[in-house]
Amino acid sequence: MMGAIVRELLRFSRRNTLSAIGGVVGALIIVVALAAPVLAPRDPLKADFRRMNKPPDAQSLLGTDQVGRDTLSRVIYGTRTSLFVAFSAVLLGTTVGSLWGVACGYLRGRFDLVSQRLMEIMQSFPDLILAMAISMAIGTGLPAVIFAIAITRIPFGGRVIRSVALSVREMPFVEAGRANGASALRVMTKHVLPQCVAPYLVLATTHLGVAIVIEAALGFLGVGVPPPTPTWGNMLADSITGLVPPWWLAFFPGLAITITVLAFNLLGDGIRDTLDPRLSPGFLRLVTGAGRAAPAAARPAAAPVSLTIPAGKS
Amino acid sequence: MQKYLVRRALFALGTLVGVSIVIFVVLRVLPGDPLVAILGVEGHSRMTPADRVRIMADLGLSAPLPVQYARWISDISAGQLGKSFFRGDTVAELIAHRGPISAEIGILALVISWVVGLPVGILSAFKPNSIPDGLARALSVFFIAVPNFWMGMLIVLGLLFWFGYKAPILVVQVWQDPWQNFQIVIGPALVLGLAQGAYIARMSRSCLLEVIGEDFVRTARAKGLRERFVVMRHALPNAMLPVITISGVLLGFVLGGSVAVEQAFGVPGLGRALVTAVIERDIIVVQNLVLLYALIFVAVNVLVDLSYAWLDPRIRFG
Repeated sequence: MMGAIVRELLRFSRRNTLSAIGGVVGALIIVVALAAPVLAPRDPLKADFRRMNKPPDAQSLLGTDQVGRDTLSRVIYGTRTSLFVAFSAVLLGTTVGSLWGVACGYLRGRFDLVSQRLMEIMQSFPDLILAMAISMAIGTGLPAVIFAIAITRIPFGGRVIRSVALSVREMPFVEAGRANGASALRVMTKHVLPQCVAPYLVLATTHLGVAIVIEAALGFLGVGVPPPTPTWGNMLADSITGLVPPWWLAFFPGLAITITVLAFNLLGDGIRDTLDPRLSPGFLRLVTGAGRAAPAAARPAAAPVSLTIPAGKS
Repeated sequence: MQKYLVRRALFALGTLVGVSIVIFVVLRVLPGDPLVAILGVEGHSRMTPADRVRIMADLGLSAPLPVQYARWISDISAGQLGKSFFRGDTVAELIAHRGPISAEIGILALVISWVVGLPVGILSAFKPNSIPDGLARALSVFFIAVPNFWMGMLIVLGLLFWFGYKAPILVVQVWQDPWQNFQIVIGPALVLGLAQGAYIARMSRSCLLEVIGEDFVRTARAKGLRERFVVMRHALPNAMLPVITISGVLLGFVLGGSVAVEQAFGVPGLGRALVTAVIERDIIVVQNLVLLYALIFVAVNVLVDLSYAWLDPRIRFG
């Protein structure tokens, strides 16, 4: 099992060198976020009035801000907040959206029609503006920001997964499940949902980058996670309060955002290319649950019919 | 065709009604007490109950919600956009004063994205996997990842260091002083346009490559047409539809992004007015500006659909 995973990962890396690099960088960034207290050289909140506005030097590698807080430590802790917000928002928004999409695609009819209109309405707002309005309404703070970003992700999940579910519902094994008298809920969770895992993963990875940028923009505009907490967006907002902004305060948090978004985007591109079943069925098996025969968004005909028909029943 | 037009317009109208309901629900219903939203928790607790009732009535916030909603809709259909809580100016004045700058930025960004993105995409598709193609793709991956407001900040910083640039304080309309106006809008437009251009280059490359593999392109080549002619006249028009679609979708990024980019450049546009209103919790202003942004987004996507019908006879007659 472990061997198989390693083998598949190696194969993935050979075919998508850039995405593999993206994956490794992304993993490193996650490690930085988790190990922030160990890695940060100083307390990110502690002001030091003897060392204000210092450019990068040996004592503080990325300089200090207007009240003498260490930029490197703040960027490291910022990784924590920014990634936490982005991951939670995508997990929440994309998951809710995807489940909704499965229901739409499988149930069809009036439910689908109404849902489609609702999603269209949600997509009629520019992302950032909707997130701003929501976080204004429910107050600033970590949960509010996560919720605001999550809402903007729902229709994307809904639309993509709905189209997958629409094609999966016509598959023979789904029909067999129905013919066996399984309830709609059971068919959806047991037969349709597993087929949506692969596109869900692609979707989630691509939207991570978007969520990070929205979070940063909210922080930058002063409507994100409230100030003492270091996030990349807050740091960028702080950096331009002075008349002549010190370049290191503006540069490094933005660089952190860029590298992170770049890493997740590259990884997402690679996964999307790979999930095309003609390229690598092995990886597909890996991400959708090793052992099970490969389901595929692009070619659902390859899905295993036999698995879903209990022996002797049909 | 006319039937299609009417149906599409009605659809968009329905969406807009939904949009207005969402805005209303988000801003009036979710927070519970709008006074807390306006004054903050401390400000709210400092007031006497009688004061609260009076202010709520003054602001027209004490009527039942459906009545408030109906009043809002009838007001905006009559062109009454209401007044800011904190400033004297009406929302209509705000839009008339700040809107043109933002509109210029948006349109210029759109132009830049096509002028840069499309040729790059075509060149990439001409010679896939060549060095220029690789360079173009690397650049587009980069421009998609860089947050545009950060790029704006860096440009402002650079200009500040080397040329003593100062952020524009006053609104200079294009009819007042075109050159100064251009200096205000070009920065934000460039930053937004390049990011969209990256998406357009990517999309037009992949669509062109797909179309170039089709039979009618082979036929065109077999006729002995020059390669440039084959691509520009036969392949390109057929590859355009998805690129136009994505341009409509990207407008959402331009509209949302312009809010942050205007802030980064210190441009006194509509986006900054929205940010100020959100921070000051100026509900009437936020409500109407968000509706305006959504209206523009929906309207442009109607135009995109119409251009589809115009470009693709299958939709026109289907």
